[in-house]
Amino acid sequence: MDFNDTSEEARFRQEAAAWLAENAPTDQTFRALSPLEQAKRWQKCKYDAGWACIGWAPEFGGRAASPIEEVIWRQEEGRYDLPSTFFLIGQGMIAPTLMAWANDEDKARYLPPLASGEEVWCQLFSEPAGGSDLAALRTRADRDGDGWVINGQKIWTSGAHFSDYGVIVVRTDPSVPKHKGLSYFYVDMKAPGVEIKPIKQLTGDSDFNEVYFTDVKVADSQRLGEVGQGWQVALTTLMNERAAIGGGFGQMDVSLALSVADKLEIDGRPALENGAVRARIADWYVQESGLKYTGYRSLTALSRGSLPGPENSIGKLVGAPKMQAMASFLIDLLGASGAIADEKLAVQAGIIQRAYMGAPGLRIAGGTDEIMANIIAERVLGLPQEPRLDKGIPFSEVPTG
Amino acid sequence: MNFEFSEEQQLLREQARGFLTEYCSTSVVRAVLDGDEDWDASLWKKVAEMGWTATVIPEAYGGLGLSYYELAILAEEMGRSAAPLPFSSSIYLASEAIRHFGNESQKSEWLPKLASGECVATLAMVERAGRLVLDQLETRRVDSQITGYKVPVADASVADVAVVLARSDQGLEACLVPIKQEGVSIAPVLTFDTSRGHSAVTFDRAGAQALGDAPLNPADWERVIDGAAVLFAWEQLGVAESALIQARDYALQRFAFGRAIGSYQAIKHKLANMYVKNTLARSNAYYGVWALAEGSDELPLAAATARVAAIQASTYAAEENIQTHGGMGFTWEFDCHFYYRRAKLLSLAIGGEAVWQDRLVSALTEQTVAA
Repeated sequence: MDFNDTSEEARFRQEAAAWLAENAPTDQTFRALSPLEQAKRWQKCKYDAGWACIGWAPEFGGRAASPIEEVIWRQEEGRYDLPSTFFLIGQGMIAPTLMAWANDEDKARYLPPLASGEEVWCQLFSEPAGGSDLAALRTRADRDGDGWVINGQKIWTSGAHFSDYGVIVVRTDPSVPKHKGLSYFYVDMKAPGVEIKPIKQLTGDSDFNEVYFTDVKVADSQRLGEVGQGWQVALTTLMNERAAIGGGFGQMDVSLALSVADKLEIDGRPALENGAVRARIADWYVQESGLKYTGYRSLTALSRGSLPGPENSIGKLVGAPKMQAMASFLIDLLGASGAIADEKLAVQAGIIQRAYMGAPGLRIAGGTDEIMANIIAERVLGLPQEPRLDKGIPFSEVPTG
Repeated sequence: MNFEFSEEQQLLREQARGFLTEYCSTSVVRAVLDGDEDWDASLWKKVAEMGWTATVIPEAYGGLGLSYYELAILAEEMGRSAAPLPFSSSIYLASEAIRHFGNESQKSEWLPKLASGECVATLAMVERAGRLVLDQLETRRVDSQITGYKVPVADASVADVAVVLARSDQGLEACLVPIKQEGVSIAPVLTFDTSRGHSAVTFDRAGAQALGDAPLNPADWERVIDGAAVLFAWEQLGVAESALIQARDYALQRFAFGRAIGSYQAIKHKLANMYVKNTLARSNAYYGVWALAEGSDELPLAAATARVAAIQASTYAAEENIQTHGGMGFTWEFDCHFYYRRAKLLSLAIGGEAVWQDRLVSALTEQTVAA
């Protein structure tokens, strides 16, 4: 075993690194732009040089790079402090859905500007009545001449306020069982009747929105898949979600815990010498290291041209609760000062407090801890689903509590 | 990135699993657990014929000269079948100590016999309850005689030679002590895993020689223990996998309130947690065996990480496997207790969870300082 690139991979890494060294913007005028403007500027720069969405086919703006090359590119680009999150949902989840389900004309129209960052997309799935049970959604689309008219409410929509388009799952037939009465459309987020309201989170930030649809007209050509086939199309999007989310858990890692525990004292000795503190740090390191090397095992599979196993499904289920537990423990070590969130006064400029306040969101977004555990139990271990009381019943007759 | 076993190594795994499925079914484990024997001697002979005892011993001493990757694979399969064999005592610990510290004549005398499996060795380290402190060992070597008391010593009753950790005027020593001699007396000690024999061993001016020609550097000793920790981790991972599979199979087949208990989220989440811990343990065990096989400076950190992860995964899986089985899991008749016993036993040899959490953080801070 070794952690080295193959010679082909090394050549690709060198090429990517050289281009980045030449082109990654670091100047003051770039830094003065808003994060979204920075992201758009950088994305367009990559697109023009053939370094945007490199895994995509050339006709959509990519270079048909292999999965391992995509990883190498992300590692190299990650060395620079450049904004990238604005396009994750559009490029990571929605583009694969368009590639699989859209007609050729729409693919040619929408994929290149999605790759170049000139158009941003969002995902309109969750509803007040349907989160973990996504297929229980109630937003409806009704026939209106040749087209459709949408009415209802979506929630937890990231980036709706700066998106140009969105993909939406709606109910087109409430008289059939819930999964069978859904259809999937793309919508213009600037269309009349679309109203976006930011949600203020418990952190005080607003990363998500509520999106209201009031008599929003969409053409039938904006439908992906057949009428009633929306659930299958949505699965294409969701299957790509875990690849797009996963990722890191910010600066809350063991090296931060070590530096905090080294500076604080318990009974006149560094906290880092305390057995209980050491045990907790060791446990987090086991998790951190376990996730890192699980990633290396998956990369090896990609490097050998095969598909990674199911082991990557543990990432969010381990990482998000770990972030919360670690933040909670370190705040506790700080004593009453642990409550201080003021960046100027707090230890580590308030990173720990922000992590603690943000962690509940991570444990819920993209599948709660409980749903992730169900997925592992069902798809990896082969355990049966819970019996469902709404199975085979027309959606309109399902109990709603 | 090449962080995976080679095709040849994967073939070895398949072969080992097939072999142990045939010759080390749970009835073999049960026979030793129930009976008076401390091991399955005929299984040991077969394992030796397969060359497993010779895996990492150099060819010059009658071994196969293979890498720790191969040995890690065999260790996992040993754990998977809860084999009633002195594999860890003889191979991960004693043979490694002789190989690392022995002088030429000691290596020539013992390694070929350990490689062929005709001799079994063990390590006698612990003298009393609590955390082992090398400075406080009371077993003493004076000239060519050793005196002291070691308990518990795994597999002493089936061993031909023991590596005994002792002190002399020179300081810390690993002494080579043939077991079958006048000054060595062995009394059986009942443990909670009687599928492996344990003893109290008294050395009364027994013939002994220190391994090697120079005093033992405690840091070098810890290096050997780190290596053993990686191999123990792989064996524990095998135990953890067997416990998970047994729990999964039972959850599919056992019905309550009209449906398989595996369809209840309370059971699903328990099994998902086992899978998560086993996956973390496996990936950390990869890290451990990489560091061991490649002679990396990261071995202390990698070994401790692999060891802690494996202790946590194997004890959790073994405990919750019984819980998943309900009352039947608590019976002697069901096999669940094999993994419960073995997971805990393997988690105690060479120091338990707290010891290795502590070593992990020490290695982490030292490595951070070095970098």
